Amino acid sequence: MVENVRELLKAHEGLKREVYLDIENSSMVPTEVLEAILPYFNKRAYGNPTLTHKPGWEAFEAIMESAQKISGFLGCKSLEEVNFTPGETEANNLALLGATLQTRGKGKKIVISEVEPLSIMHVTEMLTKYGFTVSKIPVDSEGFINLERLKEAVDGNTVFVSLSAVNHEIGTIQPIKEAQKIVKDKNPNAIFHTDASDAYGKIPFSVQDLGVDMATISSYKILGPRGIGALYVKEGVNIERILEGQIGTQKLWPGVENTPLIVGFAKASELAFQNLEENVRHMRNLRDKLINGIFEKIADVRLNGPKGEKRAPDNVNISFLRCEGEALTIELSLNGVYVSSGSACTRRLLQPSHVLVAIGRKFEEAHGSILMKVTRYHTEEDIDYVLEVLPKAVERLRGISGTTVVE
Amino acid sequence: MSRVPLPYSQKILELFRNPKNLGRMEDATVSAVAGNPQCGDMITFYLKINEQEIIEKATFESYGCAANIATSSIATEKVKGMKLEDAWKITWKSVAEEVGGLPAVKFHCGILAVGALRRAIRAYYKNKQIAPEWLPKELTFEEKQALEEEELARILEKKMKMAEEK
Ligand code: FES
Repeated sequence: MVENVRELLKAHEGLKREVYLDIENSSMVPTEVLEAILPYFNKRAYGNPTLTHKPGWEAFEAIMESAQKISGFLGCKSLEEVNFTPGETEANNLALLGATLQTRGKGKKIVISEVEPLSIMHVTEMLTKYGFTVSKIPVDSEGFINLERLKEAVDGNTVFVSLSAVNHEIGTIQPIKEAQKIVKDKNPNAIFHTDASDAYGKIPFSVQDLGVDMATISSYKILGPRGIGALYVKEGVNIERILEGQIGTQKLWPGVENTPLIVGFAKASELAFQNLEENVRHMRNLRDKLINGIFEKIADVRLNGPKGEKRAPDNVNISFLRCEGEALTIELSLNGVYVSSGSACTRRLLQPSHVLVAIGRKFEEAHGSILMKVTRYHTEEDIDYVLEVLPKAVERLRGISGTTVVE
Repeated sequence: MSRVPLPYSQKILELFRNPKNLGRMEDATVSAVAGNPQCGDMITFYLKINEQEIIEKATFESYGCAANIATSSIATEKVKGMKLEDAWKITWKSVAEEVGGLPAVKFHCGILAVGALRRAIRAYYKNKQIAPEWLPKELTFEEKQALEEEELARILEKKMKMAEEK
């Protein structure tokens, strides 16, 4: 198997340019962030932050400073509200399970939308085995949640609501503040959580302004290191731990803190927020250049998600009809453009992304979808290169599918 | 998003980049389809068959992944010059072996390729209204699997649509 992969890698030799756009699934760490992290492995603060010696106190200081910075960017009341976890998946698990453990006996209903990330979808599914019912709010063709249906769904029995602030796949910026109000009006005791991983560092918002009880954020989505994320838990909101062990500085997550990653997360946040407006403008420019370029150069394409201001500044998600997604990712990779496709192959079937199905895409539209995210580090030249490679790739694959699929 | 690691062999990559016998055949004696766009996998096989029941030419079109393109390419190469009876004996396993093995999630891609080939052969005899002795009446493994996949995709799509309407 590894042999095969080595051969695949060899096939990539001699690429004239490489453009990485798969920020959804992992990201490169910029040198500035890397340089901030490195000393924390061996120069300083490598101690356990709960222990009484210099390297421990250094770690404590570094973690608190990082939490302080992130709490500022999030618009928290205090740094105590920031709880580090090993990532978005863990933060979402903690939010859902921690809250439902806490509220057991008080109600059995969970409300989410049809387009949540899998760490929400799958955990709620699991909770149905323990007597919870899950109500999934539908979305419209651009991915916006139906607020009327939300109003109908929330009742006195509802303990938890989770709606992501920005859709991870199609970039829909949801009306979270409104949704939060609707939920609290119907049931002030229901806990409102939002996965803000695709909002943090990409659009301006503050957790206090949104009025949410909990929010998930992730480091790699803003070009920090992988393996670290955080859950904002509003002061006064109680949730239980879902893992037990030695508790350190993080009351909701036991085990030894990973100081270098926490520092990296804070550094990446700083860089993202430093010139947020300018970064957003830059990303939006590249995003629209890419979308418009694709529509100009390639026929039979569909944009998934909304256009303009209501779309996350970094998100490009497009379906290429008569083009199989996985084949397209390979073809692009061989040309130095790295993206992901909207369908995951299960044993027998290509399983289309639940988000694309929810916005009403037909299976054949979902199968040929490609997700790309731009960052402040990408340049116009990068996008030009993608626009040079992509039409050729699509054309070649459409040549292979030929007349097999006719609409 | 595609989460399955796919350590494709060199052979698959090569055939993905340069597939043989690609394209629609206008003067085909017979053609057959396996899969459907809902599966995300769909392939069409074209055969040109002469009076002696020998396959003179075979081509394909594939709306499928790299493994499907590669196995289809191999299958069309293999059957060229073969008697229908011998072409019938080609199995998905032998095709998979020839591309250097397939990861488990990609078995169906090879199965579909051979499924389409067998359907084409069956269609040929059905058109001629003859039933050679060697041709099994029952569907073979590859044909059944193709059928099942098509059925599954239809059910899945219906299920997801219903879930949506709820
Ligand atoms: S044809 Fe289905 S994944 Fe290969």
